[in-house]
Amino acid sequence: MDYGQSLLITLPEIILSIGGLVLLLVAAWSGAKATRAVSISAVALLVAAGVATLCYTGDAFGALYSGDQFSDFGHVLIYIAAAISLMIAPRFFQRAGLARAEYPILILYACVGMGMMVSATDFLTLYIGLELNSLAAYVLASFLRTDERSAEAGLKYFVLGALASGILLFGMSLVYGFTGSTSFVAVLGSLGGGMETGALFGIVFVLAGLAFKISAVPFHMWTPDVYEGAPTPVTAFFASAPKVAATALTVRVAVDAFGTQTLAWQQIIIFIALASIILGGVAAIGQTNLKRLLAYSSINNIGFLLIGLAAGTQEGISAVLVYLSIYVAMTLGSFACIMQLRGPDGEPREELSDIAGLSQTNKGLALAMAIFMFSLAGIPPLFGFWGKVVVFDAAIGAGLLPLAVIGIAASVIGAFYYIKIVKLMYFDESRTVLQTGDGKALAWIGAIMALLVSPLGYFSIPLLGGFANNAASALF
Amino acid sequence: MIQTFAFYLFATIVLLSGAFTIFAKNPVHSVLWLILAFFNAAGLMVLAGAEFIAMLLVIVYVGAVAVLFLFVVMMLDIDFAELRAGFARYLFFGIVLAVFLAIELVLGLEAFRAGAIKLGTATSAPVDAAVPNLEAIGALLYTKYVFLFEAAGLILLVAMIGAIVLTHRKRSGTRPQNVAKQVRRRPQDAVRNLTPEIGQGVDL
Repeated sequence: MDYGQSLLITLPEIILSIGGLVLLLVAAWSGAKATRAVSISAVALLVAAGVATLCYTGDAFGALYSGDQFSDFGHVLIYIAAAISLMIAPRFFQRAGLARAEYPILILYACVGMGMMVSATDFLTLYIGLELNSLAAYVLASFLRTDERSAEAGLKYFVLGALASGILLFGMSLVYGFTGSTSFVAVLGSLGGGMETGALFGIVFVLAGLAFKISAVPFHMWTPDVYEGAPTPVTAFFASAPKVAATALTVRVAVDAFGTQTLAWQQIIIFIALASIILGGVAAIGQTNLKRLLAYSSINNIGFLLIGLAAGTQEGISAVLVYLSIYVAMTLGSFACIMQLRGPDGEPREELSDIAGLSQTNKGLALAMAIFMFSLAGIPPLFGFWGKVVVFDAAIGAGLLPLAVIGIAASVIGAFYYIKIVKLMYFDESRTVLQTGDGKALAWIGAIMALLVSPLGYFSIPLLGGFANNAASALF
Repeated sequence: MIQTFAFYLFATIVLLSGAFTIFAKNPVHSVLWLILAFFNAAGLMVLAGAEFIAMLLVIVYVGAVAVLFLFVVMMLDIDFAELRAGFARYLFFGIVLAVFLAIELVLGLEAFRAGAIKLGTATSAPVDAAVPNLEAIGALLYTKYVFLFEAAGLILLVAMIGAIVLTHRKRSGTRPQNVAKQVRRRPQDAVRNLTPEIGQGVDL
């Protein structure tokens, strides 16, 4: 093992860790005054780490960590999502009186964990990356500690997250016991010549633990509560970067570690995918809180992502990555829009009734929100449609026609509540007086994301598709 | 000879202190008996040649878990007498539960004698008998798994940041020690030599 080479391949994690330590010292000495400087430096560190991840490829530290194209794709997407979560945050926390420098630092350490997750080629790396990310996430969820809902969200997330980690760890120990190794390559080889019942139990438990982390049905219960209670910038972060990391991780485990037993996990993934699409659609209909609604929307979207994984082919994985990129743009854009809704005293508003008649008070915001909602629903001229096309195309290509048909039918349920939001904004009378718009950063991010998912996004297909194909080919 | 003697000593104390943990009236005494049990269990582990687990028991269970128990027991105002009340009321369910547990125990023992369910053959990692397990773990942890070892350190750092972020706040009205100010203070600033007249007292 060449340590120099290994350190270069893990450079993005090293940059973020050491940078985080330095920023922590800055924060400790200058307190809340330094929040702005620390946030800007954190974004700069994320950019540096993104460049570093593209510079070096190869396996690091034996077979613990892999810096292949798949991990590059995941790293870059995670860093972009994290940087945007940093940019939308300052005004929100300032208004809450809790602008603290620890927010960017915790996001940085969550990014270290997520980077390890997408690069993990060993169950131990997987687990430690996941825990690092989760622990930072628990703290972030209860960051507004004076707010009861935020504290509740953090506690709920922590207790259920710890349970899921236990389930995952149990599954990993079974897999280790019956294959004799924690390395994905060795597990793949060992499962190649037929599988024993014990190892099957291991696969089931590992997938159950991972399903919790991507909030797929039936392990989704925590999602609406945590998304509603957590501060909105943190919710935007939860809905984007950790979703990317956990999905990429699930894909890598399914293909790299359990790839020789596709039939064993395929039916689990198919069930989880359909259940997520249907429940994410049906349960969202009765919601009155925008953040809760987006939580169900994220459950729904995870279902579509998993259809691509269920295909189990290179096209399927590439479709997952394309969908994931579009999903991140749509989600971050929607949250940037929601964060611009404020009551007369500047307090954040997040009820569904608050956006009634938004088109009369703020045309631009209403238009952007409408674009995101139509795109999330997968209505054709918008880019969200393309994500669904590639995913279903891959499923049909793998011979999963019934799955694709049910998935398309169920996506109509989801369309109902997305369109309901548009109807509220454009055809209902405004009942509350809202201040809208909250600084340039939010407006710009909302506008850029809206442009990305608008029909203009189709110009990026060759580029995005090319990257996704490259990344997916690294797994096969 | 000495091993046998030590084994019986440790085993007896483990069993006795375990029993005292349950029967002690005072919860603080219970935790103290538990700590004694952990120490002697660690002794048993050393006898079995598992010195790493022995140290883990002392550091993790005695050093962290038991002390945490002690804190919780001392800080929370739990009325243990009240918790124990209602013995007669729950007696029936208790007996039913005990009977079921006894049946399960017998069934489990019989099933064990009949042979295990075939889940497959567990693969065991090769163990070099010549290397003590402390050395073996250290050699792996600081070479092959050094990356993960460092990452685990980051997890602890994040936990520490989290605890401070969620609980630390500036209190008003505290009088923190200012070391620099204390060190700067000279005798001539603070001390006055006076020769008071008899019966006059001193102006302060």
